[in-house]
Formats: sequence, C-alpha cells, structure tokens
Amino acid sequence: MNNSIKALVAASCLSLTVVAQGAETLTIATVNNSDMIRMQRLAKTFEEQNPDIRLKWVVLEENVLRQRLTTDIATQGGQFDVLTIGMYEAALWGEKGWLEPMTELPADYDLDDVFPSVREGLSAKGTLYALPFYAEASITYYRKDLFEQAGLEMPEQPTWEQMAEFADKLHQPDKGVYGLCLRGKAGWGENMALITTLANAYGARWFDEQWQPEFTGSEWKNALNFYVDNMKKYGPPGASSNGFNENLALFNSGKCAQWVDASVAGSFVTDTSQSKVADSVGFTFAPTQVTDKGASWLYSWALAIPTSSKSKDAAKTFSAWATSKAYAELVAEKDGVANVPPGTRASTYSDAYMQAAPFAKVTLDSLKKADPANPSAKPVPYVGIQLVTIPEFQAIGTSVGKLFAAALTGQMQPEQALQAAQQSTAREMKRAGYPK
Amino acid sequence: MLTLKQSRRLQSLIIGALAWAIAAVIFFPIFWMVLTSLKTEIDAFATPPQFIFTPTLENYLHINERSDYFAFAWNSVLISVSATLLCMCLAVPAAYSMAFFETRHTKRTLLWMLSTKMLPPVGVLVPIYLLAKQFGLLDSRLALIIIYTLINLPIIVWMVYTYFKDIPVDILEAARLDGATTWQEIVRVLLPIARGGLASTMLLSLILCWNEAFWSLNLTSSAAAPLTALVASYSSPEGLFWAKLSAVSTLACAPILIFGWISQKQLVRGLSFGAVK
Repeated sequence: MNNSIKALVAASCLSLTVVAQGAETLTIATVNNSDMIRMQRLAKTFEEQNPDIRLKWVVLEENVLRQRLTTDIATQGGQFDVLTIGMYEAALWGEKGWLEPMTELPADYDLDDVFPSVREGLSAKGTLYALPFYAEASITYYRKDLFEQAGLEMPEQPTWEQMAEFADKLHQPDKGVYGLCLRGKAGWGENMALITTLANAYGARWFDEQWQPEFTGSEWKNALNFYVDNMKKYGPPGASSNGFNENLALFNSGKCAQWVDASVAGSFVTDTSQSKVADSVGFTFAPTQVTDKGASWLYSWALAIPTSSKSKDAAKTFSAWATSKAYAELVAEKDGVANVPPGTRASTYSDAYMQAAPFAKVTLDSLKKADPANPSAKPVPYVGIQLVTIPEFQAIGTSVGKLFAAALTGQMQPEQALQAAQQSTAREMKRAGYPK
Repeated sequence: MLTLKQSRRLQSLIIGALAWAIAAVIFFPIFWMVLTSLKTEIDAFATPPQFIFTPTLENYLHINERSDYFAFAWNSVLISVSATLLCMCLAVPAAYSMAFFETRHTKRTLLWMLSTKMLPPVGVLVPIYLLAKQFGLLDSRLALIIIYTLINLPIIVWMVYTYFKDIPVDILEAARLDGATTWQEIVRVLLPIARGGLASTMLLSLILCWNEAFWSLNLTSSAAAPLTALVASYSSPEGLFWAKLSAVSTLACAPILIFGWISQKQLVRGLSFGAVK
C-alpha cells in the first residue's frame, strides 16, 4: 500500500516536470488599453501556432508598470520576458544595456515597412531596442455640426490663433459647450506633452545647444500666455485636472467644440457605443503657429525584451508576431479593419483601412512628418518632440508641469511660472552635470 | 416649553439622525462604487454625476470574459488566511508573556515593535525585492504570506496584548494551582476567555492583508497575484475605465464585506471588549 502511494507520488512529480519542461512560459507585462486587451485575446492564435510557448499576462497601471519594470530590470529580477514600454524608456533603457537589441527578426517581418520616425524613436545609437505595437501623433478633433451652425470652416492646417478665434465663436458655456479643450493635469506625459508641442509651434525649445533652458525667452512666453489666456476664456471648468481621459469624456458627451490630443482617440470618438457625437467629428492636423516643426507629437507603445529574461528567443518570437503584418491581418479578420493597431506600418494604411477609419489620413501624414531629432525651428541638443529623451526629464517635466498647471488655475502669473521653471530646470540640469 | 420626557425624545431623535447622516457619509463611497459599476463608461464620466440611469451588467460580463476572477480571489483568500494564522501563532505567545510576565522592558519593547510600522514600505522595496529574488520567492504566495505576517505582527501583538491585559491573572493562577501546564493554561483557559477579542483581531488582520496593495503589486506578477493586482489592471492610460474599475473593485471587496457582515457580532464584541474598565 505504502509503496504504491510512493510510486504514485513519484509518477505525478515526474509528469509535472515533463509538463514544465515541455512548454516555455513567457510573462508579458502590459498596460490596460483597448489595443493591448485585444492582443491578449488574440494571442490564443499565437499559442496554437506555437504549442511550446505559453503566455502569462500581467496588466498594470502605467505608472505602476514603469516602477515595477525599473525595479525588476535594475535588480535583474527576471520576472518579465516581454515589456510594454514607450519611446522614452526604449531609448534610455536600450542605451543602458537593459534591453535586448531587436536583431535577427524573422525574414517576413519587413522592418522597412515600419515608419522610419517610429523606428528611430525606439532606437538608441542606431540599434533598435523595441518593436512598435502602435504609434500615435497628436491631431485636432472638432465638431463639424457646430462649425457648420456657426458658418465656420476648419482649415486643413489650422494655427493656434485660428483655434482661439473659432473657440470665441463656439464657446457657449450656458449650453454646456466649451470652445477649446486641452490637457491641464500636471505631469511630464500629461499637460507637458501638449504644452511642449504648442511651444514648439511658437518656435520655442526646451534647451539651447549648451543645455540651457529657454523658458524666459519670448517664444515660451507667447506660448504659455496663449495657453493660459485661452484656456481660462474658452476651456471647461476645472481644466487643470483634465488629462486625456477627462477630455475624451467631455468630447464624447458633446461638451468640447475643439480638442487637440492623441490620435488614438480617433477610434473612441467615432465609436457610437461611447460617443454621443460619433457622426459629427472632424479631424485635422495639430495646430501650428510660426512653424510646423514639432507641432504634432510622436509616441509609441512598443514591445521590448529585458536582458534578464530567461526565454529571450521565445520572447522575440512573440514580440515579432504581435507587431507583424500577420497580426494586423488577424485583427482585420476578427475585429474589423478599423481596429488594426495604428501608426506603425505603411502597409496598415490600405484603402480599406483609410475608408473605415476617417482619422487615418491625418494620423498617417502627421506620423510621416514627425521628426524627433528636429523638434523645433531652432537646433536642439536632444531627441524628442513632446519630451526630452534624457533620464532627468521625468522629474523636470513634472515639476515644470506643476508650475504651468498653477498658472492655469491662477495661483501664479504665467511670467512667474516661466521664471520658476527656468530656475528649477537650470538647477536640476546643473546638478545632473549638463552639458555633458 | 418641552417636558423632560419630550426633550429626551428630541435629543435621542437628533442623535439618531446625526448617526444616520454620518453613517451615510461613510457608506457613500461604497454605494457610489457599486452604482458606477452598473453604468456605461460614458455615464460613469458624465458631469454632473448621474443618479438616474439605465443599469447594465456589461462591466461584470467584460471582467468575467477578460480575467480569471476566481484565480485572483483564491490567491487573496490563501494569502490572507495563512498570514493571519501565522501572525496569530506568533502574536499570542508574545502577548501572553508581555501581559502576564511583565518586566521593566515590556513597555519599551511594545513601543519599539510599533516603530517598525513608521517606515514607509517603499524605503525597503529594493532590499526586499533582492531577498525575494535570492530565495526564488518572486511571484510566490509564500513571499506575501511572510511579508504580511511581519508587517501586521506589531499591531496584532498590541491588540492581543490589550485583550490579555483585561483578564485577571488570578484565573490563570487558579489554573496553575490545579496543575495546568503553560500550554494547557493558554489553550484551555486564556484563549476561550479572550475569544471575542481574538476573533476581531483576526478579522482586522484579514482585512489588512486583503487590501494590501503595495507589496502585492510589486512582488507578484501572475501566479501569486491577489485581487488588488486584478483591480490595478483595470486602470487605463488611454480610454475610459471608471465603470469597469468600479465593477472589479466591487467584486474585490465583496468577499471580505460579506465575511465581515457575518462575523459582525464577534467584531463589535471584540472591539468593545475592555472598553469599559
């Protein structure tokens, strides 16, 4: 009796090891947005095609994800095999040697099909460190019905001053319609993304060639004054706490006449299940002013493999699959062509896609124009349009973002905010040892 | 002019109304969470907030489709119950010795134990992460059980200590005179008397473990992730998520809420135990 139990236990242990050896498990860290959730659902196809690879998903809030990944990579914890990261992390972490270079991709991957601006944004010193899952630019959303009623016409390439003129005519707070919705919530990836593109359009830059901040220059002054004045006049109440999601909700419920934000919102504002204005949304380029350089941002969510991963080959197989043409075809087949992850491949922009997604052309042209190496009318020492790809930027961007949010709420004058931003940024940069 | 009886009635009416009002304020976030979980995303974001809307269960269906709720809930149950039991096994002997064999260092030891609660957890994130990695405990339930036991231990020892303090030493001495060993003294005499207090201590420990989010988010990824990790996965950088987040939060706190409801009698008895001296 006893022996047979022992034999049974031994046999089950043995079979467990066989199972464990049979399949390689990949742990994928990702964020909760509709494209990623779709990938999670469709990845069953990948598991069927690759029976020796099993996928495990860890979905986290964006900031928690960043913190977890940094801890895990810095301590070589090896908890994750595939990471979902943005352009900012890809370049910085790649340079530090934390990420595997994305070389030796499958023959049918067709890297040349991926937009050069996106590819460069995910590279450091010419080496690609992440494969783009989707990419976005910033574009202008407006209400065609309100424009028609007011006898206005949105030009293909508006300027910020024109946006303010339209806002003046469309602003009807008593009817619950606000002329202009822009991000106001403080943060390097929140209000500073929008304000930096606005400042770029006014000819401003974050740093001169010697890494000296330029907030006290006339370009930044014009840009911030425009932002604060017009948001106070035509913005929704409490604009300083509005980020992407809050403005999306306002726009979808018909409270914004114009909104400038990420192109990824195109599929949300035209989705009748969540938007009350789905049939009357117009799309055009992000506004320019004295220049069009850096007027529209570029961002991408991408898949990368940490050097601490124990299953690098399988991780590469998965990353290549999820960002391949075949995946785009799978999405088109299962969920419709309008849901293909946008902005990464030229082949995505087929005639069928252009027809199904009315915002596709504007997004495509914006992405083609985006040039992170030349984000301003004047030369800059950094890479990045709405951000500066240096490790110090998260902290600097967020503290400047807080000052600008304070200017928006009226706690500070715009001039004071710029002065304070200049001082704190100059101090941080000096402490970090710039110019390097 | 009110008679004495009338004024007493008025007084109790006012106090009653006030109690209800405070209870309503405290309960409101939970009520709002449940309400939001029954809205569509666009209704959830509506300004001004809506009280009247067409309820829908689509958020719950979405969660059921996307995540394996029961796997997360099972981890939560296993981790919280194990950590609580382990914590009690350590806390009862510690509190017993401090309550009944007090030395001049006892008070200081108690305070010193509590001082470990004053360190922000993030301050020790990297060392603990490295230790967990070293022992192969990343993404394991055991790591969370050990950490939860240790972080709750000071507060649990304190609670058990105060309950034990209220028990007259004479009872234990009587047991000793009857020839009881230390083990018998604790198990047969002390624990039955302090039952109410111990039950409420255990419930508190369970709730603390159930809701802990910092360590569970940082040390687990998939295999050992409890409900707090599930809730965190429904926040979104791009896209509306309040209704789904409310639905998943409702599901996450439902088990512990129901458990708390059932053991309410014990809890109230335990919390008021020793309140009147």
